[in-house]
Amino acid sequence: MSKKIVDATAPKISPVVKFQRWFGRNLIRVYMFIAFTYLFIPVAYTFVFSFNDSGKSNLVWKGFTLNNWKNPCGAPEVCNALANSIKIGFLATLFATILGTMIAFAIGRHKFKGRSTSNLLIFLPMATPEIVLGASLLSLFLVFHINPGFWPTVIAHVMFCISFVVVTVKARIASLDPRLEQAAMDLYANEVQTFRRVTLPLVAPGIAGAALLAFSLSFDDFIITNFNSGTVITFPKFVYTAAARGIPAQANVIGSGMFFLALAIVIAGQILNRRKAR
Amino acid sequence: MGKIRTPYLLLLPGFGFLFTFFILPIVNLAQTSTQTPVGGGDTGQYEQTFRFQNYIDAFVENKEQFGRSFLYAIIATLLALAISYPLAYAIAFKSGKYKNFFLVLVVAPFFTSFLLRTVAWKQILGEEGFVVPTLRSIGIISDSTTLTSTAFAVVMGMTYNFLPFMTLPLYASIDRIDPRTLEASGDLYANGFTTFRKVTLPLSMPGVVAGTLLTFIPAAGDYVNAAILGSPNTKMIGNVIESRYFKIVDYPTAAALSFTLMAAILILVTVYIRKAGTEELV
Repeated sequence: MSKKIVDATAPKISPVVKFQRWFGRNLIRVYMFIAFTYLFIPVAYTFVFSFNDSGKSNLVWKGFTLNNWKNPCGAPEVCNALANSIKIGFLATLFATILGTMIAFAIGRHKFKGRSTSNLLIFLPMATPEIVLGASLLSLFLVFHINPGFWPTVIAHVMFCISFVVVTVKARIASLDPRLEQAAMDLYANEVQTFRRVTLPLVAPGIAGAALLAFSLSFDDFIITNFNSGTVITFPKFVYTAAARGIPAQANVIGSGMFFLALAIVIAGQILNRRKAR
Repeated sequence: MGKIRTPYLLLLPGFGFLFTFFILPIVNLAQTSTQTPVGGGDTGQYEQTFRFQNYIDAFVENKEQFGRSFLYAIIATLLALAISYPLAYAIAFKSGKYKNFFLVLVVAPFFTSFLLRTVAWKQILGEEGFVVPTLRSIGIISDSTTLTSTAFAVVMGMTYNFLPFMTLPLYASIDRIDPRTLEASGDLYANGFTTFRKVTLPLSMPGVVAGTLLTFIPAAGDYVNAAILGSPNTKMIGNVIESRYFKIVDYPTAAALSFTLMAAILILVTVYIRKAGTEELV
């Protein structure tokens, strides 16, 4: 839209202005380049050092090897931590997505007493510093003599993921055209049919996005996990404790692997979306 | 009849969960914060004595770390805003059909574990990394100057780690601006700067507010950056709470500190939202 307007007025612009615009455009390109370099420096560093033939401590470049990638479980504690993170992430995502989607439908689709209070309750966990969430939940577990560990961590993750699921799904519900559902009703679909055949498929990408977000939040969480996981080591917790003496290169392999996997998922999602749009 | 009940039935499981594992813990934390050690009991045993003095003691003892937390968080938030605004603007207005590609690029680094990236910064900025020797050879920093274990490293790490929380809401609100309003401003003889100040910035305010909050809140409570990139001299309030919990098993002080942190953040955020004049948040 904007492009067409610019093109239409293009001939009237004086060369000076043209040059200024060209410079402006390229200045912003240079800026984008620098900003993205800044964003990607640690990722590139992690990726490069995943090929380091380093032995125990991965601090100095010692030589290129593919061994870390061939055998990511060469440092067994890395793989154990990864397995824990995936299990916790999967369970937390499942519960948070179900609970959060239900709340999103209630708030997004119904008018009821206490709606604004509900919005506030959803907003509060996001506005509370992680350390307070983690510490308070641990205190509660201690009062009831529940030892921190696997399930307390899952509970903690569900708790902080719900709000993000609600916000994401709610946004999707709000962007739906109500006429689509009205049309279904006009065509004699009952409420359940309308929901199953029209509403749910339309909201599904939002739910999928919310689940991905929940998983990545859970997988990457350190502070709340550190308070509630006891002796269970998750991947971020492993990196944190190993940071002092240098982390094994296999951790870099897993970090880089996650990066490419997530990137692939996002790109696949984009392609799928584009196909659907056509 | 069923229709009236539907929303409540949908809310029940989720809110039951949040009540049990979010509200109740906070209430319990409030209770813990006024407890005192049991006389003659083991370490970690406390009883309720409603000693509100705990708050004053905890604050006075750690006011330095409190000040540092807020100072670092504010600087990191401003830096993130300064870096993100042009980036979000460029993605929204200057990247045409590559918009989605650039958005993915903004989020992509965050698929690599946040701790791995922080450790990576530590090594990049460390003695064995390439930055310090380069800067030394050009003479920008002296041979005795280090980059890690400094406030600089901590603030830089925080800025980096919370950047997408700033960029994404900014992008969302800038992208919503109708480019014709900017053209209209130009047609009315406003120059680029005036257009930005009078049109673009006010229209993107919701994004600025959301972004600064989403950056500032986690930054103020963060202790990972300070632990990995900092030194004992850059300890933040999060580090204190963590060590009170795990190393000293001093739950009441940790609870009082957590509450003070939360209250301070809430007050600051409320004042900020009033000043910024945006009530719509989520």
